[in-house]
Amino acid sequence: MLTVNRYKCCYCGACVGVCPTCALELVETFIEVSADCKECGICTKICPVGALEVKA
Amino acid sequence: MSMKCDVVVVGAGPGGSMAAKAAAQAGLRVALLEKRQEVGDPVRCAEGVGKRVLSQMVKPEPEWIAAEVKGARIYAPDGTSIVMSEDKGGAEVGYVLERKVFDRGLAMEAARAGAHVMVKTRAIGLLKKDGAPCGVSAMRIGEPLEIEAPIVIGADGVESKVGRWAGIDTTLKLKDIETCAQFLVTDTRVDDQYCEFFLGNSIAPGGYVWSFPKGEKLANVGLGILGSRSKPGEATRLLGEFMRSHFPNGKVLEMVVGGDPCAGPIESATADGVMLVGDAARQTDPLTGGGILTAMQAGMIAGEVAAKAISSGDVSREGLKEYEDRWRSDIGKGLARSYEFKEFFVKLTDEDLNQLIGSLKREDIAKMDLRGMLRVLFRLNPRLLWELRHLVV
Ligand SMILES: Cc1cc2nc3c(=O)[nH]c(=O)nc-3n(C[C@H](O)[C@H](O)[C@H](O)COP(=O)(O)OP(=O)(O)OC[C@H]3O[C@@H](n4cnc5c(N)ncnc54)[C@H](O)[C@@H]3O)c2cc1C
Ligand code: SF4
Ligand code: SF4
Repeated sequence: MLTVNRYKCCYCGACVGVCPTCALELVETFIEVSADCKECGICTKICPVGALEVKA
Repeated sequence: MSMKCDVVVVGAGPGGSMAAKAAAQAGLRVALLEKRQEVGDPVRCAEGVGKRVLSQMVKPEPEWIAAEVKGARIYAPDGTSIVMSEDKGGAEVGYVLERKVFDRGLAMEAARAGAHVMVKTRAIGLLKKDGAPCGVSAMRIGEPLEIEAPIVIGADGVESKVGRWAGIDTTLKLKDIETCAQFLVTDTRVDDQYCEFFLGNSIAPGGYVWSFPKGEKLANVGLGILGSRSKPGEATRLLGEFMRSHFPNGKVLEMVVGGDPCAGPIESATADGVMLVGDAARQTDPLTGGGILTAMQAGMIAGEVAAKAISSGDVSREGLKEYEDRWRSDIGKGLARSYEFKEFFVKLTDEDLNQLIGSLKREDIAKMDLRGMLRVLFRLNPRLLWELRHLVV
């Protein structure tokens, strides 16, 4: 499962721009993850603060 | 709830506000949607712009400008530096803006031209009739809202969805985005006269560190690294390291993070009833990361073309072709060149970078622009730069 650490996230939207399945949405100040997430981990690499993690 | 207009612009950054202003000035009924409750905040930018190009498009208000710089200083990994003067290197920087004020100023100009600005209003999908877009569905302060309009301009930034909803794949590959972190720093060590650029694979792999002055002993100190060379949290970690080595006593007044596209021109920025501008169309300069001015330029063109398409009645992709042609000739060519430079630059080792910057040490480059400097670099380092010979003319 992809988790968003909302205490770290600075709501910049970088992760949204790289997700190949369009599974992320930046809603003003928080990130929503939809059921389309394939847990590929691409977004976790781009996050400047390390707020995203794919957890088993 | 529902409403009708001629053009919906999604996103009130510099691209969207300029598009909305141009369309409203041409007499269209325009809705400008911004999902944030405050236009321009939080900032995701280092705020450097060229004076000349900015002034060609808008009259810069004094309150938009945090600082004016004398030029740019570039540091090689070994610490060697070269200086470019403002009137030449200033094509890249010249003013350092206060974007919270600047972005709001541009949205205000759109409003004064007649656009209906709606904040805390987030587009969540395209309305479609017979498969073609005819407006957007949105959430306005938590309530659903449908806005019918023959043309949608997607100016929704790095996180753009409008293109993807319209069938244009704008997903950024990790090698085509810089992941960035920045602090607003006050420190006696800050150079508040020059924009500074620090190169090196260990301090900013596939990118660079910048320090852009914003006032007395105050600067945006940040870095971007190539997404394909990043890992979770790496941008912030590297910025911490740079701060320890360069501004150990610096005080941090603000934190900024963000993704900056460096993808080069995309295949198509139009679909039936849809135009993409600015970061949404990945129109950022891939080498410098600068995207404020290109977003504004593209926004103006899109607003003008929207007016023509509405009056001719043809809002199909074909009817919007003038936008595609004009942005490609005005900014697309430059983006393509910069993309090639970027693809080459990110491969250079620290030794290569030292050699290149070092070779300029004895040259009089203070009065040269970036192009002139590249020509000299090529003359001095033909072997290293051989791959780029077709770009150096
Ligand atoms: C760290 C960093 C440093 C940079 N430094 C510079 C620099 O020094 N100089 C420079 O020229 N450029 C710089 N850039 C690039 C520059 O910030 C962008 O290119 C520029 O902001 C693009 O403008 P825009 O209008 O296309 O998008 P943005 O300014 O990103 O505006 C997009 C707007 O759309 C809104 N939006 C998004 N989705 C929706 C939706 N669904 N509904 C409603 N609204 C929506 C967003 O909230 C946002 O306000 C930098 C970028 C970063 C990340
Ligand atoms: S990239 Fe990281 S900080 Fe930026 S919005 Fe996504 S989770 Fe938040
Ligand atoms: S893990 Fe992959 S599919 Fe899931 S949100 Fe991140 S980038 Fe998208």
